[in-house]
Amino acid sequence: MGYPHKPDARETVILSEYFGDAGARTHAGWVERGGYKALKKALDMEPVAVTEIVKESGLRGRGGAGFPTGLKWSFMPKEKKGPHYLCCNADESEPGTFKDREIMRWTPHALIEGCAIAQYAIGAEICYIYIRGEFTEPLRIMQAALDEAYSEGVLGDNAMGSGKKLEMYIHRGAGAYICGEETAMMNSIEGFRGNPRIKPPFPASVGLFGMPTTINNVETLAAVPHILNRGAEWYNGLSLSNAKSSGSKLLSVCGNIRKPGNYEVTMGFPLKDLIYDLCGGMPEGRTLKAVIPGGSSVPILTKDEAESCLLDYEGCVEAGTMLGSGGVIVFDDSVDMVYQIMRLAKFYAHESCAQCTQCREGTAWTVRILERILAGKGTQDDLDLLLDLADQMTGKTICVLSDSCAVPVVSGITKFRDEFDAYISGAREPVLTHG
Amino acid sequence: MSQELVKLTIEGIEVSVPKGTTVIEAAKQAGIAIPNYCYHKSLPIAGVCRMCLVQIEGAPKLQISCATEVAEGQVVSVFAEDETRARSSVLEFLLINHPLDCPICDQSGECELQDFTFDERQGPSRYNEFPKRYDPSEQFGDDIIFVPNRCILCTRCVRFMDHAAEDAVLEVGERGDRSYITMHADAALNHPWAGNVVDLCPVGSLISKDFLHKARVWELDQTDSVCTGCSQGCNIHIDTRDELVVRLRPRENDAVNKFFMCDEGRSNYRWLNGGNRIEAPLLSEAGNLVASDWDQALARVAQILKGASGKAVVLASGKTSNEALFFLKDLLGDFELEAFFRNVRIEGEKPLSGVPGLALREERVPNGAGARLLGYGDSFDGLSTAAVFLVVDDDLDGIDSEMLAGAEHVIYAGTVLPESARGADVVLPLTNVAEEDGTFVNRDSRVQRYFQAKSAPGMARPAWWVFAELLKELGRGDGVGTAAEAFSRMAANVDAFEGLSYDTLGTAGATIAHASSVVAQ
Repeated sequence: MGYPHKPDARETVILSEYFGDAGARTHAGWVERGGYKALKKALDMEPVAVTEIVKESGLRGRGGAGFPTGLKWSFMPKEKKGPHYLCCNADESEPGTFKDREIMRWTPHALIEGCAIAQYAIGAEICYIYIRGEFTEPLRIMQAALDEAYSEGVLGDNAMGSGKKLEMYIHRGAGAYICGEETAMMNSIEGFRGNPRIKPPFPASVGLFGMPTTINNVETLAAVPHILNRGAEWYNGLSLSNAKSSGSKLLSVCGNIRKPGNYEVTMGFPLKDLIYDLCGGMPEGRTLKAVIPGGSSVPILTKDEAESCLLDYEGCVEAGTMLGSGGVIVFDDSVDMVYQIMRLAKFYAHESCAQCTQCREGTAWTVRILERILAGKGTQDDLDLLLDLADQMTGKTICVLSDSCAVPVVSGITKFRDEFDAYISGAREPVLTHG
Repeated sequence: MSQELVKLTIEGIEVSVPKGTTVIEAAKQAGIAIPNYCYHKSLPIAGVCRMCLVQIEGAPKLQISCATEVAEGQVVSVFAEDETRARSSVLEFLLINHPLDCPICDQSGECELQDFTFDERQGPSRYNEFPKRYDPSEQFGDDIIFVPNRCILCTRCVRFMDHAAEDAVLEVGERGDRSYITMHADAALNHPWAGNVVDLCPVGSLISKDFLHKARVWELDQTDSVCTGCSQGCNIHIDTRDELVVRLRPRENDAVNKFFMCDEGRSNYRWLNGGNRIEAPLLSEAGNLVASDWDQALARVAQILKGASGKAVVLASGKTSNEALFFLKDLLGDFELEAFFRNVRIEGEKPLSGVPGLALREERVPNGAGARLLGYGDSFDGLSTAAVFLVVDDDLDGIDSEMLAGAEHVIYAGTVLPESARGADVVLPLTNVAEEDGTFVNRDSRVQRYFQAKSAPGMARPAWWVFAELLKELGRGDGVGTAAEAFSRMAANVDAFEGLSYDTLGTAGATIAHASSVVAQ
């Protein structure tokens, strides 16, 4: 069953199989649909063997960076001087991304099962699921499922009767995008302001409460039970293009598109087919102008670039962008790119944690220049200034928020310069009165 | 930090530093000061100002030198194009909101933003919008004013309060360029050590009300000294303008006070400028004190000492230097001597809890340990009878003229003349701690020098000079010309100071080898 659309025949329905099926939300319903078999199986194995399977499956982080999950797990020290932690990153706040929300809304037990398996594999008796504060419905559903998982004996001191201890807590975010950055998330869970930490030390050595910690995205963890049930080879085989990217990927498609929503496809699926076939193409009478394929932090693609882009980690890099979180934002020919880029920059300026100078001041300055251009008061020098600021905001800060702000600005000015020029020359009417 | 050495090259200069050192500290050994704002040796590393970016060969991007540990064979570049441009860019970002109100800013002249802006030859900003502006000033604590417009959000103050004072009253409010340093409406920055945030603030954002508009810092002379507030013996700078002490600031000493001093110590300087000083030796003539000169005064004291015998009682201030205490005891060696120093104790230490071993101590005199070491007790409980009663700069609290009459002869050496001392036979004018060189011993048996910061009023002389001169007058010794000489005389005679000299003490001091002979308080 698909939700809100019936899955297209070309979709690879794994994670989204029960989207729209409210029956899958309960423990009984989940077990009926084959749930918790993978956890049972994992608990009967050696933790290292579980990690090995995930390594062999080729699963990579679905939060944006695409780091091999099994490898990440193997960084956790085997010796214990205190508790080890797993953090599930459910602070899905990247503009244009809404896949984790659906996983939590419809298949909360899938996430709990994935978390439990990961916990067992890395030796973390405690897991925190950090849910974005604005996600009230997913939060309620997750909490109900978690309570049930405890009462049904899935979690607790004797998880699934295995004698192993698996504790899981939900931590609600308070509305900061930056708390999706893994070290900021750890600060937030600890009760501090959600400021990213300097790396090194990396979380696998000094993480939550100073202890070894692994942070995984919701989609990553939700994929783990399927890998255990159906084998690494099966998952590794799910690849349409580059063998380094395997499995299925949930893509949240939004913007100027006929059928927005979450689509699950095999890695390497053509972006063009996603837009025109699965999502029904552009609205009536419009043509494609640009696509941001992986959430707002990745470079914008022009029509031509988008139409030749293959949706996997390597394919996106080849097209000059990144797969990121899989938030596909589609722009048609009616869209004012300058305004859209200003809007994105404004988001980052609003969300900057204010630690690093370049980010704190640079993001806000970028917005002001863009607003000035939109108010018809820009000059050609402003474009050079924007590019120079972007250069100084890239690769110089603790986390990549400031880089993310610079990305759409640079790709926007490079690829859609004529739209900027139109505002500057006066060929286009100003759309803002201030600036 | 282990003693294992790591060799690296910074700007072509090879240095060897202990493993675990950060690049920014290693650079100091190569004589290179890497500009920084948020980094401070005494605070946890925040790595937020991004000013100290350097290029480390092989690293894909610039690294902050404050948070990067040295590695064997590392090649660091500080002044090549990329990192210079990055730093210059950070300055441009910081100067978006920082007002260039240097002409009216107290920090001007000791402002790190001002210094680095000069160093980097920063041109006009390309920022031509409105900067963010707040109310010009806010009262954070009794002595601390916050000027938010100047703040560059380095968070040194926040980290000091969180980790050194362990009284987390300051925090960063809001996000992005709207952020600012703030605290809870009911909180106040009145921790006993809060004043250190003024020193830590790299710009003129946290300033002292006490020092506000008092002087431009380039008009000040700074002198190394030791705080007289308690037995901790924090190392300080005395800042003077002309002949006035205008402020005290902590001076780095890793073994004593790191970078800090408490607010009580900081504000304890006005007495150094007092105008009510004894400026000339005074001799008693027919019941009245009459101004005289040193020759006559020394001769009169010598005459008294030669003519008297039996019991002598000494009461010295807890601020008396070791050198003076040593000569004084020698001077009265032929008497049946009862030697005391005036101790001041106030219940309750005020620790800087995040820095072990640092507190405003209960013993509120700087040289109690030195006095005990030299045989002075602190149990003075009034005077009955004595042939000679010699007072060194004590205010004679609790001793009235009737009690003083119990002594055949009273010799008062001091800075200020208490009412009851008007009946003394001789009054000798002494310098205060800012007007002489000398040493104290702190509670941890550390001998520390203090230096003369301003000239003495009138004929006032250091106590060690006076007592050495008196010994000479009695035909015992040649007197001393300098404090260094006085100290070496003491070191030759008192076991505890053996082997020490002003040269070996330097400005950081040294711990007494025979520490067991000191009664720790």
